[in-house]
Amino acid sequence: MSRADVCVIACAEAFRGDGEVLAAGIGGAITVLAARLARLTFEPDLLTSDGTCLLTGDVPELGAAPRTVEGWLPFRDHLWLVLHGRRHVMLSASQIDRHGNTNISCIGDWTRPKAQLLGVRGAPGNTLCNPTSYWIPRHSPRVFVERVDMISGLGTDRGAYDLRRVVTDLAVLDFDTPDGSMRLASVHPGVSVDDVVRATGFPLAVPGDVPQTRLPTAQELEVLRSLDPGGQRGKEVAA
Amino acid sequence: MKVMTVGDVVARLESGMTIGVGGWGSRRKPMALIEGILRSDLTDLTIVSYGGADVGLLCAAGKVRRVVAPFVTLDSIPLEPHFRKARQEGSIAFTEYDEGMFMFGLLAAAHRLPFLPTRAGLGSDVMRVNPELRTVSSPYSDEELVAVPALTMDVALIHLNRADARGNGQYLGPDPYFDDLYAKAARQTFVSCERVVDDLLKEGPLQSLLVSRAMVSGVVEAPGGAWFTSCEPDYPRDEDWQKRYTTTPWQEFIDEPR
Repeated sequence: MSRADVCVIACAEAFRGDGEVLAAGIGGAITVLAARLARLTFEPDLLTSDGTCLLTGDVPELGAAPRTVEGWLPFRDHLWLVLHGRRHVMLSASQIDRHGNTNISCIGDWTRPKAQLLGVRGAPGNTLCNPTSYWIPRHSPRVFVERVDMISGLGTDRGAYDLRRVVTDLAVLDFDTPDGSMRLASVHPGVSVDDVVRATGFPLAVPGDVPQTRLPTAQELEVLRSLDPGGQRGKEVAA
Repeated sequence: MKVMTVGDVVARLESGMTIGVGGWGSRRKPMALIEGILRSDLTDLTIVSYGGADVGLLCAAGKVRRVVAPFVTLDSIPLEPHFRKARQEGSIAFTEYDEGMFMFGLLAAAHRLPFLPTRAGLGSDVMRVNPELRTVSSPYSDEELVAVPALTMDVALIHLNRADARGNGQYLGPDPYFDDLYAKAARQTFVSCERVVDDLLKEGPLQSLLVSRAMVSGVVEAPGGAWFTSCEPDYPRDEDWQKRYTTTPWQEFIDEPR
């Protein structure tokens, strides 16, 4: 069992209880595996896609074509679904603050950025209308900052619809505090609370007793191996 | 007859125009038409696009005054190097919208409405960096919504799989993107296509007829006209060439024979 396996399970847990909604993993192996594993195990009613516009009838391994297709979701309908809301999205972020405001647009002053990134993409609408979680593969003070440079995704203090959890290579964080600020929910095996605090550029709410992130079950590990026989998940997580 | 050449289309464009470009990211971009603009004297353009290499190429060639977009990306290569450079050097203006806001701007223009309301954008810095954006109160509740202005454009450029000589356009890939909306939002639309055919229904089903000739001013037969972006099912993205595009110095790249 690897750190990447733990991260996939922690991301999959974000979808627990979601029922018949689209589990949208944006980019990379971990979020896609999380949605597919959740559907194949504890959340069978989830909808998942092939990464383009097909809603798959079965749940294929990474990179494989589905055997059956149950729906069509071209970009125009995907943008409709975002506003409709029957969708839980797992986004990424170049910067995130203590209330979960995130930035994928640019670093520095927007008028003439030090580094232009993607642009806000769908982050404003996604976070305002959909349950949202984040997968951040490198937990560091450069990402976890006091203030983000261009608010793309909304935090709990700016009208986020429902910020569920932030999964990183070190820990799981949530916003289950009286003021909606970020809280350390669990640390991955081999990671200390201090490791997480040091890697976070703002004061983190730390409960007296921080549990360990749950380990994958034997059945989940088997599902993971079948979904990702090439081990792509390992390339996204250093440890 | 509406069948024309890339040069004919470019001759219909003027500096200072607002030009909408179809496709999405690095998918089905009208690259042959963009290439025509690169080699013209046109300048000072406003480009409205779910942006990809179209935006990057035009920025690198100094054709752009303003970009209107929710993102600029090459999909398999997340960041567009020439758009980044233009932004970081401050050589272009940028109107940055959320993806859903952008669609509502296209829908408003296509329906000849001044704006359409949406929630997307509220609370984000999109409202801060676009101080011209207004909100509107719902007349039926006390909700405040973003009034996304119509993305009107002088010209739209789109690339489709097939068209007929009268200007009807057809897509055969999995996603129409927003090309029909661009055609409806612009005063004039020029369609490039892989092949001009007589009978579109021999190529694909009724539902693949995306753009009506009533919206189209000219058709260019341009096989490979979306290359190096994807044009499914005719061809996938040329990943090797896209990589070359992002790693070769601009002058060297643009002088290279294609």
